Amino acid sequence: MPQRLPRNPFASSTTSPVSIPSTDRAVPRRPSTSKGNRLAQFFSSSPKSKEQQTAQAALLSAVAAQQQHLLNNPSPHISAPSLSLPTISLSTAKAGEANMDEPPTTLFQPPSVAEAKRQAKIDAQFGPLGSQSHRYVSKHMGGELQEPVIDEPPYYYLLTTYISYLILIVFGHVRDFFGKRFKPEHYKHLKAADGYAALNNDFDNFYVRRLKLRIDDCFARPITGVPGRYVTLIDRKTDDFNEHYQFTGTYTETLNMSSYNYLGFAQSEGPCADAVEETIKKYGISSASPRADAGTSDLALEVEDRIAKFVGKPAAMVFSMGFSTNASSFPALVGKGCLIISDELNHASIRIGARLSGAMIASFKHNDMTDLEKTLREVISQGQPRTHRPWKKILVVVEGLYSMEGTMCNLPGLVALKKKYKYNLFVDEAHSVGALGPRGRGVCDYFNIDPAEVDILMGTLTKSFGANGGYVAAEKHIIDKLRSTNAATIYGESPTPPVLMQILSALKIISGDLVPGQGEERLQRIAFNSRYLRLGLKRLGFITYGHDDSPIIPIVLYNPAKMPAFSHEMLRRKIAVVIVGYPATPLISSRARFCVSAAHNKDDMDRLLAACDEIGNVLQLKFSTGVAGGAEHLPDGVTPEMEDEWRKANGLQGVVKPPRWTLREVIANGVQDVKQPLR
Amino acid sequence: MSFFRNAKDEMEFQDAQKFVVRSIQEITDRFQKVPGSAMLIRYIRSSYQDDPVRSAIELVLVIFFVRYLLSPSYKTHTGTFVKLSEEEIDDLVDEWTPEPLVAPQTSFEREEEAKLPVIVGPTGPKSKLSNGRTVTNLASYNFYNFVGNEQVKEKAIQTLRTYGVGPCGPPQFYGTQDVHMKTEADIASCLGTQGCIVYAHAFSTISSVIPAFCKRGDIIVADRASNYSIRKGLQICRSTIRYYEHNDMEDLERVLQKVVKDQAKKPLTRRFIVTEGLSETVGDCVDLPKLVELKHRYKFRLMLDETWSFGVLGRTGRGLTEAQNVDASQVDMLIGSLAGPLCSGGGFCAGSTDVVEHQRISAASYTFSAALPAMLATTASETLNILQMNPDILVQCRENIKAMRAQLDPRSDWVKCTSAVDNPVMILVLKGDVVNSRRLSTEEQERILQECVDETLLNNVLITRLKSMPVGPGATGKDGDWKLQPALKVCITTGLSKKEIEKAGIVIRHAITKVMTRKTSSKLALPVA
Repeated sequence: MPQRLPRNPFASSTTSPVSIPSTDRAVPRRPSTSKGNRLAQFFSSSPKSKEQQTAQAALLSAVAAQQQHLLNNPSPHISAPSLSLPTISLSTAKAGEANMDEPPTTLFQPPSVAEAKRQAKIDAQFGPLGSQSHRYVSKHMGGELQEPVIDEPPYYYLLTTYISYLILIVFGHVRDFFGKRFKPEHYKHLKAADGYAALNNDFDNFYVRRLKLRIDDCFARPITGVPGRYVTLIDRKTDDFNEHYQFTGTYTETLNMSSYNYLGFAQSEGPCADAVEETIKKYGISSASPRADAGTSDLALEVEDRIAKFVGKPAAMVFSMGFSTNASSFPALVGKGCLIISDELNHASIRIGARLSGAMIASFKHNDMTDLEKTLREVISQGQPRTHRPWKKILVVVEGLYSMEGTMCNLPGLVALKKKYKYNLFVDEAHSVGALGPRGRGVCDYFNIDPAEVDILMGTLTKSFGANGGYVAAEKHIIDKLRSTNAATIYGESPTPPVLMQILSALKIISGDLVPGQGEERLQRIAFNSRYLRLGLKRLGFITYGHDDSPIIPIVLYNPAKMPAFSHEMLRRKIAVVIVGYPATPLISSRARFCVSAAHNKDDMDRLLAACDEIGNVLQLKFSTGVAGGAEHLPDGVTPEMEDEWRKANGLQGVVKPPRWTLREVIANGVQDVKQPLR
Repeated sequence: MSFFRNAKDEMEFQDAQKFVVRSIQEITDRFQKVPGSAMLIRYIRSSYQDDPVRSAIELVLVIFFVRYLLSPSYKTHTGTFVKLSEEEIDDLVDEWTPEPLVAPQTSFEREEEAKLPVIVGPTGPKSKLSNGRTVTNLASYNFYNFVGNEQVKEKAIQTLRTYGVGPCGPPQFYGTQDVHMKTEADIASCLGTQGCIVYAHAFSTISSVIPAFCKRGDIIVADRASNYSIRKGLQICRSTIRYYEHNDMEDLERVLQKVVKDQAKKPLTRRFIVTEGLSETVGDCVDLPKLVELKHRYKFRLMLDETWSFGVLGRTGRGLTEAQNVDASQVDMLIGSLAGPLCSGGGFCAGSTDVVEHQRISAASYTFSAALPAMLATTASETLNILQMNPDILVQCRENIKAMRAQLDPRSDWVKCTSAVDNPVMILVLKGDVVNSRRLSTEEQERILQECVDETLLNNVLITRLKSMPVGPGATGKDGDWKLQPALKVCITTGLSKKEIEKAGIVIRHAITKVMTRKTSSKLALPVA
């Protein structure tokens, strides 16, 4: 239910944890009791059934147990250092904050309203860690990378999906047929007029007009404030079926499962923001020149040096936009007579860069090393088309973590093939840097592979670091050459000082130079949250895609009508999710995507799981067969190594039971089971 | 033994026979249960009786249809595919040695890199370099000294404390913040267009706008001296491209006429004229009223790149449309930068609602990229507002341009300024007779101008050079028959007084003279003399 925010919607938060007993700042913070209230609130807003009530009871009892557990193991609060910082920005200062620095005169002092508000704002951006046990180290366990098993739903869902699209398309054409005759003014922009051809092609526009428009309100929802743990949506309504929107003047604070805020650096408080403020005061807002003219500042060089050290390469260069990093890097690396072999699911920026380069482009099946090897053998032996001259260079381009699938690249496989086929390897770590690996240094770190094995490590600074832009890291001679051949360096604007400082301070926190311990906590929290959520969803019976440690968790919805239904139901429960359908995914596998962040805590994951559980029942989304995980525990005394024998002994070979755990079981077992290999 | 085995075989054979009969029966039963099967059988029977040949043809057709369905939809190998054995392939793989990923740096590139100025601390009219010297900065696009503006900084800090730094997502997925919508509305209302869309990066804005509208079969008529971003947009869009001579309206008309004549019998396609307001490579200004007249006459749409003119031309800096009194709605797509003269970040495209909304889903660098950081959006609005409120800043900037021009253009024997009079980016090229008499190649001109930059810097004035467009590996380096003429770039700022500007102008003029009369460079002139 949207609530009306009087003046400044960003400063206040929906939760009002006034009941929190104030503690001295040095003392570890006790858990907020408002969490239960929030959960209760969220449940009360949804229609209750008996089943849901039991789910609620389960959740509340789990929360209570959690809090009991917490009282036993208090954990240091992550934002304690930032809390004790004396500097407060004038822009967010409210009356009453002057009291803050006064020493407490009594042992117990209720927090001032301003203090409580401030804490709520901080918590809305970065949730407090519930327990020290909610941490995990993201690391490859050795051995070959197992491709995730792709589960398939019953044929009924595939069939109805096709039928749904058929109905949508037929209906769209019928509407067009009558619309063009009776309401020609609505089709004016699709017809040639006055000697000008239509700006939009009628046929190209059909999908947008007749399919996307129906669910348009699920996209581009405007937000305000920081897209941290929570995100504040600006409510809008439509009177003409998504043609136009009107703002209702209200705001809804939702749990943010949609932003690429992997390490939770989207914050307007804390050491990063303080450093950025200082930088704005000192440097101003812009470098006002391309890097090759006069846009190279000491700050930019420091950031480049830091990034190079972070990713483990001798040199790096930064750009002001991730997209154009790719778009401008390929033309500088390859050209005519070269070949780019690209994973079929690579991002649009890679495709555009590859096309701009003028090199030939081949592709291989997503993450399929056998297909890559087959392609390599064919292209190397055949040489360039028609002339059969040998290729000048072959550049294999993959992404570290695929944003729509949640899969990681098979780096060990790629490196092994590279030794044999001598190609150059380009890894786009847009989503993986920061999000993967025990030290957050991306896929190389995750698989424990020397970064020297990869020729070019590219990544964005938008996602894990809460800044903007991209980088390219490689050997020094490569970077030196790229500086004089990369167009974005020569003509493009250079990254602005505040953005550079955000990158720098985020990197310092991750590597422990600033606020020691915090970076490690962030890395381990995202790893825990990712596994916890994925395991929970599998156990509830959803079909998820991707590897177990990936913080991108898509659940497959199939039927097109379930996309808006899922999004709306989630929004009713105040959770912001991203839904993706054709053409970003194959026609049948429409999906909802959760992006897990270090800013979330276990309570948030439980809240999401509870919502998914309810919605999954209503929308019939629990159709996993169990081949992809979510299996029940082995009986006592049976270890995972003994599983095969045990199955043989009990005649259970090949028997897969569809996992349909209850929410209570999922929450009760989640924390321990996340630490073992997921089953 | 053998008897038993035979008996067993016999048994198995009988079993198999039974199984086959049973399964055939089952299949026929099932088939008969399928609705319409009786009709199909009747049809086949009767047609076979009537005409067995027809049945055979039908069978062939069915087989062909099934094969066609199962075959890949496109040819996997071209005609020149050579079939090789596995051993041969292994040999070829072993033999193949790729070139190094990048070519070694050329000596000129190495020198250039060594001389790259590194600014320590803030960029301003006086900047401190890493070698410890403080120089007069005439290389940054800091025309109105917004970098040091306290009002702008305050706005940025306010935004930081409300929105953080990055928006952490693309605009379609919860990356659209209210500040972006406000900036879009501000720009649209300032220009007087229906709508506006803000991109995260000025450099890649037009490269994305062009392919969003121009598809295969469409026709683009572009200025020959277009900047790099436009070129990349043209390269990726798959449309047919025709060039006209830089800012030559007669040549443009000739090209338009030819296009219209050639296309007269063909189905109507979209046609576009793409050009810049203030040229990035030459610095001069386009004749917009004439352009609009031609566009209307020949039914073309106009994409105008105002990257260097928005925030520069016009009484309040609204760009070329304000300066030449043209209604901005006459320009179909008006592209500008928030990173250049406005000293913030990002780019925009203004136009009608249809034009803007179309880009939100089909412009690659909008859809597939993270949104602009909130603080850059708000500061862009702020600087735009400052220009609207105090047009005096523009007047002061123009005074400074005039002061600098007076020192250089008519006075210098060696260079001339190709920029428009109001353009704070002064492009200085070597005079035609100098180039001709010394027979200077492009590379030699670049080298001479780099020496001028170095010499100027020795006298504590930082200017820069118009960088040549990078040539990708394997490319021939020929881009049509147009080549960018090497030039010096002097950027004027209001952060310096008229006196300081004049002084810097004298330094630049003397440096150029010194380099041009130096023995090493004058040696080139000897054969002619």
